Amino acid sequence: MAQTREAAIVGIHEYPLRVAPGVSALQIKAASASKALEDAGLSWQDVDAVFDTGSHQNIGGLGISEYLGMNPRLIDNTSVGGTSYEFQAHHASTMIASGKANVALLTYGSTAHSDRRAIGTAGATGQGSPTPFNNMEDPWGMTLISGYGMVKARHMHQYGTTNEQFAEISVATRYHAMRNPEAVKAMTALEFVGVNEITTQDVLDSRMIAWPLHLLECCMVSDGGGAVVIASKEVAKNCKKSPVWIIGGAEATKYRENGGDITVSAGAQSGPRAFEDAGVSPNEIDVLMAYDSFSITVMCMIEDLGFCKKGEGGDYVSQGILKFDQKGGPALNTDGGGLSSNHPGERGIFLLLEATRQMRGESTSQVDGAKLAVAVGNGGQLGARHATSPTILAAD
Amino acid sequence: MTLRPQPRFPEPDTEPFWEATKERNLVYQTCDNPDCTDKVIFYPRAHCNSCGGLKTTWNTSKGEGVVYTYSVVMQSRHPAFKDLGPYAVAYVDLDEGFRMMTNVINVDNPISDIQIGMRVKLVWQEQGEGEIALPMFEPA
Repeated sequence: MAQTREAAIVGIHEYPLRVAPGVSALQIKAASASKALEDAGLSWQDVDAVFDTGSHQNIGGLGISEYLGMNPRLIDNTSVGGTSYEFQAHHASTMIASGKANVALLTYGSTAHSDRRAIGTAGATGQGSPTPFNNMEDPWGMTLISGYGMVKARHMHQYGTTNEQFAEISVATRYHAMRNPEAVKAMTALEFVGVNEITTQDVLDSRMIAWPLHLLECCMVSDGGGAVVIASKEVAKNCKKSPVWIIGGAEATKYRENGGDITVSAGAQSGPRAFEDAGVSPNEIDVLMAYDSFSITVMCMIEDLGFCKKGEGGDYVSQGILKFDQKGGPALNTDGGGLSSNHPGERGIFLLLEATRQMRGESTSQVDGAKLAVAVGNGGQLGARHATSPTILAAD
Repeated sequence: MTLRPQPRFPEPDTEPFWEATKERNLVYQTCDNPDCTDKVIFYPRAHCNSCGGLKTTWNTSKGEGVVYTYSVVMQSRHPAFKDLGPYAVAYVDLDEGFRMMTNVINVDNPISDIQIGMRVKLVWQEQGEGEIALPMFEPA
């Protein structure tokens, strides 16, 4: 398929605080929207498409439109966990290309840290109306982290991937985090034991949360949020900064299946489709923003999107190519990722934000001459029902 | 002692499964549509998730299978699990062709005494008076 450049990211904002007591998720969304529109050089009433995941204080696209004070002609409430924002970017760019909207606003706000939500270790709450999957999963005490632990264990068994190899992902991510002042402030505010670069041995020596996942393979729980403004090419021409084009997107789902291969994510379906949509191939990508809820999530994204063959991710990440100043493959998670910068629950928006900064030349770990980036989110639970969506971005 | 999260009702898809556990039967469904290519249904549903057929048959499993994968929870903040010590959460592939979430128990060290691919058999763990018993697995 021939590449088209019909919609672009024209404005971004990342809410700076990772510990934000006394502020609501809605306020984070509104403040981020204001700054992102200012970044684009657009006004509040230019927005004609409002996107929302509905997970912030139970307000969806209708409620957030009223709260913000916007009168959209298009609302999208796509909510698929951490990758909701890649799904929404795909929908926004498609709707803009079809002429149904001109300026789309995606916002995120969360106070997961201040609410003291134990996202990874709490297990089932037993709240709300029962579902079949509640009834068939909750009694056995799977924590979210152990769900991902089951995928890592199977990956190690099936392909011989080692703990040292998984640790390379954490090491490269922290290397980037230490160059990002916002990430350093986050790790300090969240009282990380060591706010410093780490080695693979440090990862292996960190305590086990759910075997075989160590603490330093698990993302943090922070507050935070942000906003993304996506506009048509006509609007983009007059924005303050160079447009960052959305040239490809795709979506897929996968579930726990009888006899299925748990090591293969939905990205194995949506990855090739997104690259075909964009008319580019993995070996052309300069920056890979891959959802790092856990080390295993990144490993699966790298393989399933085709940066290497399935099962060879361990060797791939061990070549010393993940850092922004190393050659041989795309730089990984150059903002410090969920492991070391911020993870308020649904990190997908931050993948778009940092990929955009890279395409603008604004990253704190800027890849020289970066022209193409992939932001790939993974939402739900990798070892059970989940969704994977890559957004492929190009510099102007 | 805080109870584990219990299955909650009304939840009509999974209610027959939990009713069967009262007789210590581990049950699963198969699709009645002769043209269906993937007949085993699990978790329980009133429809076939492969072909959409609405006629299914309940069957009783022999309760034998292999560990597909597992993780050992070292830190749980849930009141029913936080003081258990390390415990194994697993997907077990039953010989009849369905994969279920469960625990593998009756091992000294869950990290080293369980292996992916090892044979396991069904064991029922009582949850206290009047509460359901949970199907779990132990080394065969």
